[in-house]
Amino acid sequence: MEIVMSVLASILFATGVYNLLQKQLLRIVIGTALISHGAHLFILTMGKLKRGAPPVLVDRVSDYADPLPQALILTSIVISFGVTSFLLVLSYRAYTINQTDNMEEMRGSNDE
Amino acid sequence: MNNIAVLPIILPLLAAIIVAFFPRKLQLVRFLSQGLSLIFLGVIGWITWKVYTGGIIVLQSGGWDAPFGISIVADYLSVLLVLTTFIIGAAAVFYAPHALSLEQESFYFYTFYFMLISGVSGAFLTGDLFNLFVFFEVLLMASYGLIILGNGKIQLRESLKYVLINLFSSMLFVTAVAFIYSAVGTVNLAQIAERVESAEQQGVLTAIGILLFFVFAVKAAIFPLYYWLPNSYVVPNPVVSALFGALLTKVGIYSIMRVFTLIFVHDTGLTHELFIWLAMFTMIFGAIGALSTNNVKLIITYNIIPAIGFILMGIGLHSEIGIAGSVYYLLHDMVIKGALFFLAGALIVAAGTKDLKKMSGVIHKYPLLGWMIFISALVLAGIPPFSGFIGKLLLLQGALAQEEYLLSIVALASSLLILFSMIRIFVEGVWGEESKLVTTEKKKVNRLTIPAVVLIAISIFMGIGAEYIYPHTETIAEMLMERTEYINSVLKE
Repeated sequence: MEIVMSVLASILFATGVYNLLQKQLLRIVIGTALISHGAHLFILTMGKLKRGAPPVLVDRVSDYADPLPQALILTSIVISFGVTSFLLVLSYRAYTINQTDNMEEMRGSNDE
Repeated sequence: MNNIAVLPIILPLLAAIIVAFFPRKLQLVRFLSQGLSLIFLGVIGWITWKVYTGGIIVLQSGGWDAPFGISIVADYLSVLLVLTTFIIGAAAVFYAPHALSLEQESFYFYTFYFMLISGVSGAFLTGDLFNLFVFFEVLLMASYGLIILGNGKIQLRESLKYVLINLFSSMLFVTAVAFIYSAVGTVNLAQIAERVESAEQQGVLTAIGILLFFVFAVKAAIFPLYYWLPNSYVVPNPVVSALFGALLTKVGIYSIMRVFTLIFVHDTGLTHELFIWLAMFTMIFGAIGALSTNNVKLIITYNIIPAIGFILMGIGLHSEIGIAGSVYYLLHDMVIKGALFFLAGALIVAAGTKDLKKMSGVIHKYPLLGWMIFISALVLAGIPPFSGFIGKLLLLQGALAQEEYLLSIVALASSLLILFSMIRIFVEGVWGEESKLVTTEKKKVNRLTIPAVVLIAISIFMGIGAEYIYPHTETIAEMLMERTEYINSVLKE
């Protein structure tokens, strides 16, 4: 199961990087979202996926799921959610002010 | 009493919330932010005193002991950096009303400012790797807000790049945390240090260390990962650039210092040798960049990069005197970069242009501003008796003690280039015939100069009063090299 998840995470990373390298702003935003999903899956995989039971607070229990990666992912998802929505607003704003959503065409004089 | 360790994070956060309630009552907001900043400065001074007299303060939040809960560790290095952060913040908040337009100010500048301070002090104080990521995001979110204040065409384009690069490196940071967790089974810095020491597979851990270094190097703008910095730091308002230049890259280099003196110290032959090479390139390329342009603000922005090189040099040397030099240089550089951006903002207003070729003779109308630029050039280049000299002296002593002659030569040469780039501002822009572009808005320029004067005074004190400052940096270096005190105070209480 871990192998499948690692492969999935790597596919997400690869497609994310591919999209990040495009010129269209929306594609770039989608690329960052994909990369962050890849990273989240990766944390889950690193903390061992399934060991039998939900996390419990009893002594002498050995087959519990590791709660820490889940806490980390939860935090990380919230952060990437916030950043992605900010990035969408920012790119919309950049599109309306610059009249283009193409990163190549946004180039121009460096001195205002 | 352990609870006071969290105050530098909580207080600015509360202030940000309070200030956000009155976006349209600018007078009140200004007064509140300035007053609160000064009060916080006092509180942080008191905490620094507590740490100085009583040793490391560790807060195990929620009563969960170290490996399970979130630890907030105020050791001497962190608390001094937090104090410097608050000093620069206070200076910035007095500079802001005169530098920002009313529109920029009323779009929650002060809220973002307090959040930035909160995130920066959180990153300095946190004792676990994942929370370091969280506080990085807190300060980055605030910086995203600050960088687009003003809404210009070029500003939007450059801030897009800034956001994307930081987002990408943050995701790599999360990945690195996942790697560390799978390798040693913990995210608490002290416990990672303990387990890395006893772990067998050093090769894998070094690889993870390099990945972490890559992440921090992007944030700290180390060669060859500094390409994003100059353009994105030059577009926002001078007060925002001052906060960024003084604080953000320093958080990155602080994280490198913490991680590579506490955790990954067992394979120094590979990692720290790499640091020395990168430090050399960072110093040289940053200084060359500073010479390449006529835009006053861009010259100062490029000068952020060689300073990071100097700090990295001390970390790479990994000797007590090298680390002491790094810490000293870090403190000095935070203060002087804040002052320089304030001065650049004032100079641009006074000269009426940011092009060095067009401005001249500012000193006739504004002697204070002119001489302050001269002094800050000397401070930055490391001319005695100013603070840059002491830091560089310590670093060079460390380099010569380890017979790193090439490194010492590169460091000295890049200092000369820095001096050249800064003196160019003085000779071409400040000295000479008075041009017609020089404004007559005396009051405004003087108000812009005063916060910089305060910071430069602190910097001069750090140079002349080096005998008061140096013992502290030495203690910090001893603690960083020893490691046991940090680990014990976090884990065994």
